[in-house]
Amino acid sequence: MFTTLHLAIIAPFFIAIVVPILYKYFPRTHTGWFVLFVPILLFLYFLRFIPETSNGNTYHAVFDWIPSLGIQFTAYVDGLGLLFALLITGIGSLVVLYSIYYLSKEQEALNRFYVFLLMFMGAMLGVVLSDNLLVLYVFWEVTSISSFLLISYWYERDKSRYGAMKSLLITVVGGFAMLVGFILLYQMTGTFSIQTMIQSVDDFTEHALFLPTMLCILLGAFTKSAQFPFHIWLPDAMEAPTPVSAYLHSATMVKAGIYLVARLSPIFAISGEWLWLVAGFGITTLFWGSFNAVRQTDLKGILAFSTVSQLGMILSMLGVGALALHFDGIDNNVYIGATAAALFHLMNHATFKGSLFMMVGIVDHETGTRDIRRLGGLMTIMPITFTIAVIGSFSMAGLPPFNGFLSKEMFFTAMVDVASFQQFNMDTFGVLFPVVAWVASVFTFIYSMMLVFKTFGGKLQLGQLEKKPHEAPFGMLLSPIILISLVIVFGFFPNILAYTVIEPAMASILPSLLRNGEHFLVDIYFWHGWTVELFMTMGVVLIGTVLYLTLRKWKSIYSLFPKHLSFNHLYDTTITRGESLSAKVTGMYMTGSVKHYLIYILTFFSIFLLYVLFSTDAFALNTDHLAPISMYEWLLAIVLALSAIAIMFAKNRLATLIILGVSGYSVALFFVTLRAPDLALTQLVIETVSVVMFLLGFYHLPEIAENFKKARFQVKNFIISFLVGFTVTVIGISASSTRLFESIADFFPKASYDEAGGNNMVNVILVDFRGFDTLFEILVLTIASIGIFVVIKLRLNEKEER
Amino acid sequence: MEILMSVIAGILFMVGTYLILSKNMIRIVLGTNFISHGAHILILTMAGLKTGAPPLLGLEATNYTDPLPQALILTAIVISFGVTAFFLVLGYRTYKVTGTDNTDGLRGPDSYD
Repeated sequence: MFTTLHLAIIAPFFIAIVVPILYKYFPRTHTGWFVLFVPILLFLYFLRFIPETSNGNTYHAVFDWIPSLGIQFTAYVDGLGLLFALLITGIGSLVVLYSIYYLSKEQEALNRFYVFLLMFMGAMLGVVLSDNLLVLYVFWEVTSISSFLLISYWYERDKSRYGAMKSLLITVVGGFAMLVGFILLYQMTGTFSIQTMIQSVDDFTEHALFLPTMLCILLGAFTKSAQFPFHIWLPDAMEAPTPVSAYLHSATMVKAGIYLVARLSPIFAISGEWLWLVAGFGITTLFWGSFNAVRQTDLKGILAFSTVSQLGMILSMLGVGALALHFDGIDNNVYIGATAAALFHLMNHATFKGSLFMMVGIVDHETGTRDIRRLGGLMTIMPITFTIAVIGSFSMAGLPPFNGFLSKEMFFTAMVDVASFQQFNMDTFGVLFPVVAWVASVFTFIYSMMLVFKTFGGKLQLGQLEKKPHEAPFGMLLSPIILISLVIVFGFFPNILAYTVIEPAMASILPSLLRNGEHFLVDIYFWHGWTVELFMTMGVVLIGTVLYLTLRKWKSIYSLFPKHLSFNHLYDTTITRGESLSAKVTGMYMTGSVKHYLIYILTFFSIFLLYVLFSTDAFALNTDHLAPISMYEWLLAIVLALSAIAIMFAKNRLATLIILGVSGYSVALFFVTLRAPDLALTQLVIETVSVVMFLLGFYHLPEIAENFKKARFQVKNFIISFLVGFTVTVIGISASSTRLFESIADFFPKASYDEAGGNNMVNVILVDFRGFDTLFEILVLTIASIGIFVVIKLRLNEKEER
Repeated sequence: MEILMSVIAGILFMVGTYLILSKNMIRIVLGTNFISHGAHILILTMAGLKTGAPPLLGLEATNYTDPLPQALILTAIVISFGVTAFFLVLGYRTYKVTGTDNTDGLRGPDSYD
């Protein structure tokens, strides 16, 4: 049944159809205003589900799409899906509002922009609210495609096209692996419905396909969420307009992979490999992203690597949260805190990263540059933007009293707890987690400070800027202000999220821990007492400040890393090498010479046929029913064989013609001895005409004869042709030695006269029993003669000789 | 007899293939001619070469040779003749237009972009 929920998911697609019409007929209004009401209405619609999900209820609606294949568009709303749906529509509304002021009505093709954006929004809603894996995959690929279109929005720029191509290639490769994983899951469980799988999860954890399935799906999730080493597409995707970067590449699309990991946690998270892969890749990405963010000079570059690193952080927390499954129930289960932290940080990251991107967009819009080497001293000129930047960055760095502080504390708690887990080598290697997490946080602190103080602190360099800077219009500031207020609100009152959003989402991620009627209790508060996490944060601030102030001295360590070992270089060389290699391989066998192609075809068929013949033991030689050979036949056979072989060596055209005639006539004589009078007649006539034809050919092409003479005996060609001849002989002998069933030869003597009234059986077959053959054979001759006429007469090219 | 005919067909195929693999267009057409001879002989052999009367009912014999392969070959001869004739004329025209009869010289451009 098609429900309102289905309509809500695909509503953006319907509106996207109308957008170009609105754009054309209301040229005075910014198209964004028409689009704005879509995410707002959807946001309000999804808000209504909160009371339901926080009571532990879920909503489920099935619409048959391809029932014969068991593919249903099942909309499923639970805590996790709702959290993402609210993020998508909420941030979506703010981004649309921001884009109205950011994109100029006169200069930009707004119709394209909003069509792509709505496409993306609908696809993203579909990803998070589908219960059917194949439907999820369809929407997943639409997010890849719409992201590709949005990155290359300014398609006249080289870098946009490069970035779009790169992101498409990487995410689609991952998406394909994910599809393979989904199909393997179907093989194991017999269903595409995620919820049905979760209910029967114990049945297939020991399945042989379990690990391959997990790897395939994780590859999809990691490429989409820009995890190490697939993060390289995200910094290049910054060529997109800033609203797109804020929406897709910080708040929503890159979290699709995280959504997938969280959604499938109930299926896979019990295994140790999942824990190590998710947490390990997450923590590596966290470190690598924050480490590389410090070296960037472009504001969006910093934010891109920062997004990479924060996504790694969320993922590592989700991985650690899987440890909770190894305990019974939720009492005294410290590891469920990691899952809560992951979800909380997911929300926090969406708020502060969205506002930071919008802030960067404003700076870019008002000064004309995003290069931190040219920016500085904007504090007094753009006070509101500066405030946004300070709050966003401090929250990102994990400083109190903002929400980033809370989630960072919870993150440290989770990382410290990991080291005390007793399974999967956690007690030995697990100690790496808090260490790496701490170091990465130091770098996070450094680049967050760079973001604020290199842009707004220091000296104003008016000569370096393209425009004279001034504060942005209020409309542009509105969205980041709303987001930054959320940063503060979530910072001071984190528990408004806990009951409404985080607890139901945790119930979706860790369903097996809950007994009947239970629900998770998440209580986030500022003051934990003098715990180890607090000292870790203090250390981050202390060391971070020192390192930030001495940045110039140690920045040279980045140049130590050889450029040709970077992942971008690897990607580029893979693409170019792949292209040149395939061109080389194709060039090697596609020579353009007909002769070479014939050699491939003939050699393949001969070897294949001989192999099959001998490997299946099909070669047979049965001498029982052989017909006797008369003297004449021996003689004819020798003449025919000799004449055929002689033509290979013939260099004289007269000799060639004579040999041709001799072989043709001896075939005709064979027909005579084998009692086929009609064949013999036809063969004699046709051979005569053929010889005349070749004679004409030689006459009209005198130089061909010259070239003809030069032909030398080719040993290689002879070997191939000998192979072909041998194959034919062997197959001919085996075929005539094996008789599978009686032939219908006896039918014709009986029926020819009685049914068709003719004495000549061959002719009766040709015109009565199998008259169609003859009809079309006549057609062939007709076409050949018309073809010959046309080839000779038609001269389309006037310059050609007559 | 069947073995001998199979060998003959093999030789005809060998010669035909050898001619087809040469560079000269006329030789290629000659090669197709030989391959069709080989195919015709093979068809006839496959039906069995038991001696009997020619397939004419007026001869009043007890057993006749199989008429079906003969009918098939008759069709095949005519078709291969049509094709050979067309090939020859095509070769002639190609020579007139391009000025060469060497198939190695008749390649397309190296790239199509």
